[in-house]
Amino acid sequence: MSAPNSPRLVDSFSVPKDVLREFEEMAEEENIDPFAETASKRQIAARQSDYHNRRFNRLANESADAFLEKEDSQSTEGGYKEAMRLQRLEKEEQRVRRAIEEKEKRERGDDEEKMDLDRTPPAAELEAAEKVLAAAQTQETKRKRRWDVAEPAEKEKPSGEWSQEALESSAPKKRRSRWDATPADVADTPKRSRWDQTPSAAGQDAPMVPIIMNAPGIMMEDKHNRYLSDEELDAVLPATGYAIVAPPPGYAPLIAPRKLMATPITDVGGFHIQDGTDAAAAAAAAAGLAPELPTEIPGVGNLAFFKPEDAQYFAKILKEEDETELSVEEMKERKIMRLLLKIKNGTPSVRKTALRQITDKARDFGAGPLFDKILPLLMERTLEDQERHLLVKVIDRVLYKLDDLVRPYVHKILVVIEPLLIDEDYYARVEGREIISNLSKAAGLAHMISTMRPDIDHADEYVRNTTARAFSVVASALGIPSLLPFLKAVCRSKKSWQARHTGIRIVQQIAIMMGCAVLPHLRNLVDCIAHGLSDEQQKVRTMTALGLAALAEAAAPYGIESFDNVLKPLWLGIRLHRGKGLAAFLKAIGFIIPLMDPEYASYYTKEVTVILIREFQTSDEEMKKIVLKVVKQCAATEGVTAAYIKQDILPDFFKSFWVRRMALDRRNYKQVVETTVELAQKAGASEIIGRIVNELKDEAEPYRKMVMETITKVIASLGASDIDEKLEVRLVDGIIYSFQEQTTEDQVMLDGFGTVVNALGIRVKPYLTQIVSTILWRLNNKSAKVRQQAADLTTRLAVVIKQCGEDQLLSKLGLVLFEQLGEEYPDTLGSIIAAEGAIANVVGMTQMNPPVKDLLPRMTPILRNRHEKVQEASINLIGRIADRGAEFVPAREWMRICFELLDLLKAHKKGIRRAAVNSFGYIAKSLGPQDVLSVLLTNLRVQERQSRVCSTVAIAIVAETCGPFTCIPAILNEYRTAELNVRTGCLKALSFVFEYVGPQSAYYVDSVVTMLEDALTDRDLVHRQTASTIVKHLALGVAGLGCEDSMMHLMNLVWPNCFETSPHVIGAVMEAIEAMRVTLGPGILLSYVLQGLFHPARKVREVYWRVYNALYLGAADSLVPFFPDISELSEGKNVYDRHPLRMFV
Amino acid sequence: MSSELRYTANTQLEHLHARYTGTGHADLSKYEWMTHQHRDTLSSIVGHPSLTSYLSIADGEATGRIRFEMTERMLQPCGPPPAKDDD
Repeated sequence: MSAPNSPRLVDSFSVPKDVLREFEEMAEEENIDPFAETASKRQIAARQSDYHNRRFNRLANESADAFLEKEDSQSTEGGYKEAMRLQRLEKEEQRVRRAIEEKEKRERGDDEEKMDLDRTPPAAELEAAEKVLAAAQTQETKRKRRWDVAEPAEKEKPSGEWSQEALESSAPKKRRSRWDATPADVADTPKRSRWDQTPSAAGQDAPMVPIIMNAPGIMMEDKHNRYLSDEELDAVLPATGYAIVAPPPGYAPLIAPRKLMATPITDVGGFHIQDGTDAAAAAAAAAGLAPELPTEIPGVGNLAFFKPEDAQYFAKILKEEDETELSVEEMKERKIMRLLLKIKNGTPSVRKTALRQITDKARDFGAGPLFDKILPLLMERTLEDQERHLLVKVIDRVLYKLDDLVRPYVHKILVVIEPLLIDEDYYARVEGREIISNLSKAAGLAHMISTMRPDIDHADEYVRNTTARAFSVVASALGIPSLLPFLKAVCRSKKSWQARHTGIRIVQQIAIMMGCAVLPHLRNLVDCIAHGLSDEQQKVRTMTALGLAALAEAAAPYGIESFDNVLKPLWLGIRLHRGKGLAAFLKAIGFIIPLMDPEYASYYTKEVTVILIREFQTSDEEMKKIVLKVVKQCAATEGVTAAYIKQDILPDFFKSFWVRRMALDRRNYKQVVETTVELAQKAGASEIIGRIVNELKDEAEPYRKMVMETITKVIASLGASDIDEKLEVRLVDGIIYSFQEQTTEDQVMLDGFGTVVNALGIRVKPYLTQIVSTILWRLNNKSAKVRQQAADLTTRLAVVIKQCGEDQLLSKLGLVLFEQLGEEYPDTLGSIIAAEGAIANVVGMTQMNPPVKDLLPRMTPILRNRHEKVQEASINLIGRIADRGAEFVPAREWMRICFELLDLLKAHKKGIRRAAVNSFGYIAKSLGPQDVLSVLLTNLRVQERQSRVCSTVAIAIVAETCGPFTCIPAILNEYRTAELNVRTGCLKALSFVFEYVGPQSAYYVDSVVTMLEDALTDRDLVHRQTASTIVKHLALGVAGLGCEDSMMHLMNLVWPNCFETSPHVIGAVMEAIEAMRVTLGPGILLSYVLQGLFHPARKVREVYWRVYNALYLGAADSLVPFFPDISELSEGKNVYDRHPLRMFV
Repeated sequence: MSSELRYTANTQLEHLHARYTGTGHADLSKYEWMTHQHRDTLSSIVGHPSLTSYLSIADGEATGRIRFEMTERMLQPCGPPPAKDDD
């Protein structure tokens, strides 16, 4: 045992630590919700950026229906005036808040400075801090009040120079263009009938109705971070050994829990006012206090899922109520909620019926109750894609039914739907567009404008952005011309630059969305925004330039004449601007130049080049991208000459853009490569390659890659013919160097090597030894990726090596690759086999080294590899060998391969199956069909359908290559097997055989007739169907070859099947009948058809007429002599004699 | 698959047929069908020069006249349509 002086052994053993830890983890895992992570990913709000989530801050108001008869002034409460007032209020509030924040920040900054100097702040500063806090609090209460419904907000505004009244009185009371007149000014005008004026709210301040948006933080109290109750703690902790300690004196919990939770929602501006018990239940459910969520809700039935968040929206229908006590309105509300819940959470079938119901009853429910329930759901923070899609669908359907009833809700809908327009999901954007377009068709242009007008100069950029997009949708729905006057007015607004900015952005969005459809209105649109180029506000000028860029892009290649007015300001502008503004101007120029005539393009390009070259040195990434794009666009125009590019652009371009730094950013990288390739189109390959070829030996790998990609693209498009000898040496040298030095095996390097070497062709001969030795060395590399890449390169170079006559190099490569066939990485193995195949292709089977007779047996076991790439490569190689050099391999080996090939018929990839099927043909050709055929026929017995189908195709191919006479007897013999699958397989094989051999089938008609008789009179549908297909191919094959007697016999067997209803069967039968028309002639067919055209049973007539129509369309003219003579049926004025046919000489 | 085919291939075929003049359907009347036949016959005569000249020899008329007459006759070749029954 242990030596006496060794350290003492531990006297007691305990569980190893890692085991304990494992138990701990297991215990933790029990509490983990495995869906939590994916659930949060599915939630739209959790996924989106802060900018997208600004939608939750939006406030929507009721938009009055100006068209509505005003029986009572109440019906038009809200509306344009309200909206404008509200919007101004909000703007003002934002301004004040910003001012306060700034002040705070300044003061805090001062404070901190002082704090640093002195640890204990003097009393004065404490007071100041208190004041700051107080200020923050008042600000808080002010915000609350805005959300508050009851009081009109003006009262709380301090009367000062910022107050509403002061603003209004200070505003000059002159005439303005009507659209941007604020209602405050026109409120006292007596009588209005125009649509675009504000509806009179009779001067009274109706309380604004805030909806419904979810304030953040409602859902904070969820299951996971609520406090444990005493009971729960008792359950968790052992009864003994613990004592409840009294909290230390003076301790106050940070958050007072529980109490606040009872009334969370209404307080923050939630969407409905719950009565006590409901609210408690819902909040409890949301907080996870309820033991479990309901899966079945009275009157709704089973749902696919139910989220805790749903509880607060659907609280009213979660419990049983006595329906007799409810009023009609309440009943309606509950009905809507049930339907919505079914649509949102139900299974597909439930959803479908609910959706139909809600659509049908939409007008009964009315717009108000419907949207009051739908819209809050859409603003829920935990909304998922699927739910959003369904709710949007509901809106779409309901909208269609409600039509103009929807007017009061336009703004509310817009607030919810507009965010979809900037969603990152394409389908969400499309849905959003669809809804807004339908909405504008339902509400009408006037109403849309008066509703969205207040948002145009909203203080929040997010709102303006989405509004602009929504307006562009309206324009595309109702036509640009109808919106033009409004756009003109907005773009010229004198009141606020935000309005002009948004107006111009609308035009930009129209261009982006409608594409070349803007062409008819191009001049108007350009004129509309042209003056924005000289706006005093920088942002407006930038947006104008972007708008022009979008218009030019949409109009390309037409419409340059519409841009006449803006050319001068644009080109002057680039000399005046810097930074972002300049970038936008350059962008516009870049899109306009390609529209110009060559000589103008050349002139204007020269003008802009100076600025471009100056901006080459910019450090701004965005500017760089735009400059590159403009250079690319200019270089592509016809008027710009090669000499000009070489002289004036290239030197500076390469100096500033072909630097290592550019390779680091993916987008820059791409842009530089694209632009350089475009420049090469003008300047020539050697010019560009000469400038960058040395960089192939640069020490930075990303940069080398960028060079390589450019060279690849240039050579791929321009060829290597103008590369002289010296450049060629440098180029090949550089390529070999960069290929060897790569650390990450990349497609770029491989493609580059392949492209350059193939373009150089025979000129690459001197370097081949070096290249091949590189490949050989890399083939033995220990990294699988490197080996794979070397093999791939061999595949690409094989043709060129052969061209250069370096056969011994090829055979050396072939041998090394052959030795590598034991490769264990399937991807690499696939590449190696493909390379071996490429060599075999160019060398030919006789010269192939290793000899084919050695290669093929080595391939047999590899065929069993399940990897797709390996399968495809090996089947291609084997097929090639079977095709070209089958005689070098013993028959036994081929049979072995045949059996292996059967497995490949199960492959998923069609290419593999096709290659396998073709290989059967090649093998059968060299071996004779008997053995292969017996393998294939036996394979008809397997269960798998795909395998059987492929076997039948293979049989047909064997029949085609070896002659039908070798196969048909075997197939007919096999047909006698009393097994359904085999018989169908035989029929199918025959069908393919006759399809492939065509006219040759004339020799075999009589041999198969008896079998077809049997098949066509079988009880089994599939038999008759496949037999009909055979008859079709047979009939088409033997047309005009004198087999009418047997065809007639088959026709009689096919014809009774014309009443089949199974689609495949009837399809096959109809085709067979059509084929008979070709063989037997339309006259005979007509005599069949005539019997049923006027049959008393409609079912019969329908079928016969279908056949007649097919016949008539196929051979109308040839039917003329065969129409029956029914002159005896003439009655009265209707004479049915065809007199001209009675004439004779 | 099957319903798909039923709703595509066959119905499509019928729609396709219905787009051409001269095709029929289960409710076609004798008069309509005969009218189509007559027009087919006449256009066949006009379309085959050999038939036209055969008729012109038999009739002792110019081929042009025959062609004209055949074309003319295509308008209501079987007389005016019979009065419709009200059911």
